[in-house]
Amino acid sequence: MELKDLYRDVILDHNRAPRNFGPLVGATASIEGFNPLCGDRLTLRLRLCDDRIADIRFEGEGCAISTASASLMTEAVKGQTRGEALGVFTRVHRLLTEDGAPVDGELGKLAALSGVREFPARVKCASLCWHTLASALQSGEPRELPAVSTE
Amino acid sequence: MMPATARARAQFDVDGVRREFPVLARLVHGKPLAYLDNGASAQRPLAVIDALDDYARHHHANIHRGVHTLSQEATALYEGARDRVQRFVNAASRGEIIFVRGTTEGINLVAQSYARPILQPGDEVLITYLEHHANIVPWQLVCEQTGAKLVVAPMDSSGTVHAQAVEALMGPRTKLLACAHVSNALGTVLPVRRLIASAQALGIATLIDGAQAVPHMSVDVQALGCDFYAFSGHKMFAPTGIGVLYGRAPLLERMQPWQGGGDMILSVSFVKSTYNGLPYKFEAGTPNICGAIGLGAAVEFLAGLDLPRAHAHERALLAHATEALRGIDGLTVIGTAREKLGLVSFVVAGVHPHDLGTVLDQDGIAIRTGHHCAMPVMEFFGVPATARASLAFYNTFDEIDRLAASVERARRMFT
Repeated sequence: MELKDLYRDVILDHNRAPRNFGPLVGATASIEGFNPLCGDRLTLRLRLCDDRIADIRFEGEGCAISTASASLMTEAVKGQTRGEALGVFTRVHRLLTEDGAPVDGELGKLAALSGVREFPARVKCASLCWHTLASALQSGEPRELPAVSTE
Repeated sequence: MMPATARARAQFDVDGVRREFPVLARLVHGKPLAYLDNGASAQRPLAVIDALDDYARHHHANIHRGVHTLSQEATALYEGARDRVQRFVNAASRGEIIFVRGTTEGINLVAQSYARPILQPGDEVLITYLEHHANIVPWQLVCEQTGAKLVVAPMDSSGTVHAQAVEALMGPRTKLLACAHVSNALGTVLPVRRLIASAQALGIATLIDGAQAVPHMSVDVQALGCDFYAFSGHKMFAPTGIGVLYGRAPLLERMQPWQGGGDMILSVSFVKSTYNGLPYKFEAGTPNICGAIGLGAAVEFLAGLDLPRAHAHERALLAHATEALRGIDGLTVIGTAREKLGLVSFVVAGVHPHDLGTVLDQDGIAIRTGHHCAMPVMEFFGVPATARASLAFYNTFDEIDRLAASVERARRMFT
């Protein structure tokens, strides 16, 4: 296990310059994610149009893994339907938690997160934003949703 | 870099003491371990490892209640550990040394058995801004239970708690002052001697959280004059799950038991039970016998060291670490009080503490990253978390140089 497997160039780049970072005007759903063990916090805002994620942005503070994961996630699911995005969530979840599972070819850039599972202490950093997204998408009506916690 | 004169002054036999701690010889990710997380938990010397092994192999039995040989031996070892701790902190009598699980339990014991029965609505419990959660939450609980108020004395932007600022909050309703001796998040040493004297003059009881002090300085509870002093074994080279609450006998005598059960009673009937004397009144149930024996061994190990030199070595390490880290671009030391002991907390612009912790771990360097169970302190300094390198006398100047080099590597990687 090498440090560069965890901190790949894609991760470092998205940490330095996170995409879709900041407030979202006209959001239809807003949800907080919190990792009480390390203090990472993120707010995820979505604009759902019919069944599609028309726009998605995030704010908050966290480590490079959590920031890059959220940044990559917003890029990946923007424009997708609820079902498609939940499908990506399932694939990423498998990538982060299943030891030795082959990297899913459909993941594209998200495959950069595959080094995280070799660092068990950091899996929650990467998965916080994804659980937050899944909760936002599974909860029906758009509204202020209860916070998601990793604990 | 460390001037040669300062190195010469700190003539502590570091190589010798390192040989007493087997874990220090191991590799982590192929690099020699540099263990700089002593504030969270310190490593154990052979003296402690062997004492635990010997107890398990030859002497284990329940204590205080058997006439057979093993029970008598276990009792002698357990009570012998109490005697050693009594001498180590210079308590007036052995009954004033109560074995608990750790500092946290010691503070909770005082909150529930001393404070709860005496606190009236409107009374005040005074703490400071830099306390560990273990010296905040037990008081919040007892305040909720009694209607008393928690009053928090301020610290300044260097993380210093000024005695006058605390004294200004001592009033006729203040019933207890509870404060750290040394801050676990900042390393600040508090002016406890003066605070205890001021509190005493006003009839305010005092509890000192000594978890971060006992491993780094000689503590004499009678010289301090406090009513209670709590500390943990595992931060002073003993096992986890054992700690000490020192309490002045006259107060302990007046207090109600903390928990009910075996060992804390003299006689039980369904009408009334008669409590045992000190310290057993506060040690219900079979205690952590091997933990106490390990603590006794740790105390004896410490007593056998040249402690003034060991402490001087730590101070030199701290000065060196502070200087080496400050040389790194974008690094800010959090907590710059003039009186500091044992640790340096810091943040690096553009590098989250958890990423720093992972990079350092790959270089074999163990530090703590996070809020250090002192969320109000983090909020005060406007950071979600810090990186904290915390020292013991077995650390070396070379380890500090490796720390600084690794932090610099992380900075280049992320920025």
